[in-house]
Amino acid sequence: MVKAAQRMYYGKALAKLAERKEIVVLDADLGGSTRTSDFAKVAPERFIQIGIAEQNMIGVASGLAAAGKTVFASTFAVFATGRCWEQIRQAVAYPKLNVKIVATHCGISVGGDGASHQALEDIAIMRALPNMIVISPADANEAYAATMAIADLKGPCYMRMGRADFPLITSEGVKFEIGKAAVLRNGNDVTLIGTGQMVMSCIEAAGILEQNGISAEVINVSTIKPLDSETILASVSKTKCVVTAEEHSIIGGLGSAVAECLSENRPTPQIRVGVKDSFGESGDPGELMKKYGLTTDDVIKAAENVIGKKGKK
Amino acid sequence: MGGAKGLDVKDLRRRADKIRMHVIEMTSEAGSGHPGGSLSSADLFAVLYFHVLRHDPKDPEWEGRDKFVLSKGHVAPVLYAALAESGYFPVDELLTLRKIGSRLQGHPVKGKPPGVEMSTGSLGQGLSMSCGLALAAKLDKKDTRVYCLLGDGELQSGQNWEAMMLASHYDLNNLTIFIDRNHLQIMGSTEKTMSIDPLAYKLRAFGLRVISIDGHDIKKIIKACEKARSSSSPTAIILNTVKGKGVSFMENNADFHGRSCKPDEKEKALKELTERMSSW
Ligand SMILES: Cc1ncc(C[n+]2csc(CCOP(=O)(O)OP(=O)(O)O)c2C)c(N)n1
Ligand SMILES: [Mg+2]
Repeated sequence: MVKAAQRMYYGKALAKLAERKEIVVLDADLGGSTRTSDFAKVAPERFIQIGIAEQNMIGVASGLAAAGKTVFASTFAVFATGRCWEQIRQAVAYPKLNVKIVATHCGISVGGDGASHQALEDIAIMRALPNMIVISPADANEAYAATMAIADLKGPCYMRMGRADFPLITSEGVKFEIGKAAVLRNGNDVTLIGTGQMVMSCIEAAGILEQNGISAEVINVSTIKPLDSETILASVSKTKCVVTAEEHSIIGGLGSAVAECLSENRPTPQIRVGVKDSFGESGDPGELMKKYGLTTDDVIKAAENVIGKKGKK
Repeated sequence: MGGAKGLDVKDLRRRADKIRMHVIEMTSEAGSGHPGGSLSSADLFAVLYFHVLRHDPKDPEWEGRDKFVLSKGHVAPVLYAALAESGYFPVDELLTLRKIGSRLQGHPVKGKPPGVEMSTGSLGQGLSMSCGLALAAKLDKKDTRVYCLLGDGELQSGQNWEAMMLASHYDLNNLTIFIDRNHLQIMGSTEKTMSIDPLAYKLRAFGLRVISIDGHDIKKIIKACEKARSSSSPTAIILNTVKGKGVSFMENNADFHGRSCKPDEKEKALKELTERMSSW
């Protein structure tokens, strides 16, 4: 399976967007990792280095946006959301300014750097902000398309991407519609809802479940907010049970967003695959995904268990 | 200072190079990590752990100990190497750096391994933590000291300056701040990325006593620490250093900020450091 890093495609997209003069890109001393350096190469005059000062970066982004610029501000997901959350709230979300906070190095697959650098709460804290759109593409092609889509959006947005190479599950030139979930596979017994690299695990799980006589529907939720409730409810009305899978804490992320939607519209048994209220640690990304319950096997087990909960009161 | 230990500068120089060798081996084995900024502060670590700090590796929680906070947490390897060399845990464990289940996390975690005082890795927070430790020592009428190491790029983070304001406001003269002035950060030169100069003036303006020295000169580091001890205000010691110090191809090379040596580079680095060690 062909693999690619989302951040590489983010860089490519930014380099393409550089032809639009209203676009400026801000970095906090991580441009090589986040690939905003690709933009710096083609439009150095609109690449603004802030230094190791994430809070200041958001304030500056706010001012640039208020003056008419479309601003991309990038760093690692922990710092992009956690270090400057209240700056984002006050200076970006509240005045609804045109700032795209695009972060890399989300989740546990960051690997060796350990817990201080593994964002497992970013979806939760960004989702809680009014006016904030939250995007989590499934692969590099989608990351490219999403970057183009959010450049056209007027208003605040948070996008999270991984560090490592993820399998490509969509094709080059895939369309990205903000707020629209994609049904990747039809099934009747259980709905597997994934985001980010866990979409791949859902697809793999569905294949294996099929061999065991279980028909699973797979949905890629690459916009977590606003959530495509319509697509989710339509699927669940058929399958009557759900597994959510995300490289994020089970608290506040995709799993919570889906649970909120279901409990208010159509109470349905659900199991959340995600990090179980703990910090991460250093290690090889694959080993960590296993240790923290984020593998295809974990999705399969959850699917089998949640099917068993159907119809029970 | 340093209890009964007399001053043996040669010994400290050799220890610094031993620490450097551990850094190269650990990060190379891990396949990642931050050797550049570890090497630039290795001399400081030798001085701190083998001369300046009052500490007991056999009793890491000893109430009377001085405390060291590694604010620039990415150079965890140099801290671990110094802790292991001074007896907090077996030297063999160093090669578990960044491996799953290891106590040696990519960035320091409080008490894990013993001797690590604070959890760091998100830049710009360690000095505030150090102020808290120093305030507590004052409240408890202890004569223990707190030492904090900052990166020069790290100083771009505003929280440092909030902490310095507080340190001078509360006369935290039991606090010594080291700044590893190696002039490099991830994207290259600190002055091109986001200038922090004129650094000494800025620090003085925030009420700190400032001492600027060659950060690879063991004697000068010791002398500066002595001055800080008798100062009536908090002291900042600017350590003018070379990132990657001690290995020719790593010196002043931003590439080695966040990448480890490949096997052939490792052999070359260890050879250079072995020669360096026996040259003292
Ligand atoms: C808040 C925060 N932002 C970004 C980073 C990523 N980062 C790790 S090291 C580093 C550069 C540090 O440069 P400097 O402080 O000069 O350290 P040294 O040269 O001593 O290695 C950056 C930006 C981080 N760890 N924390
Ligand atoms: Mg530096």
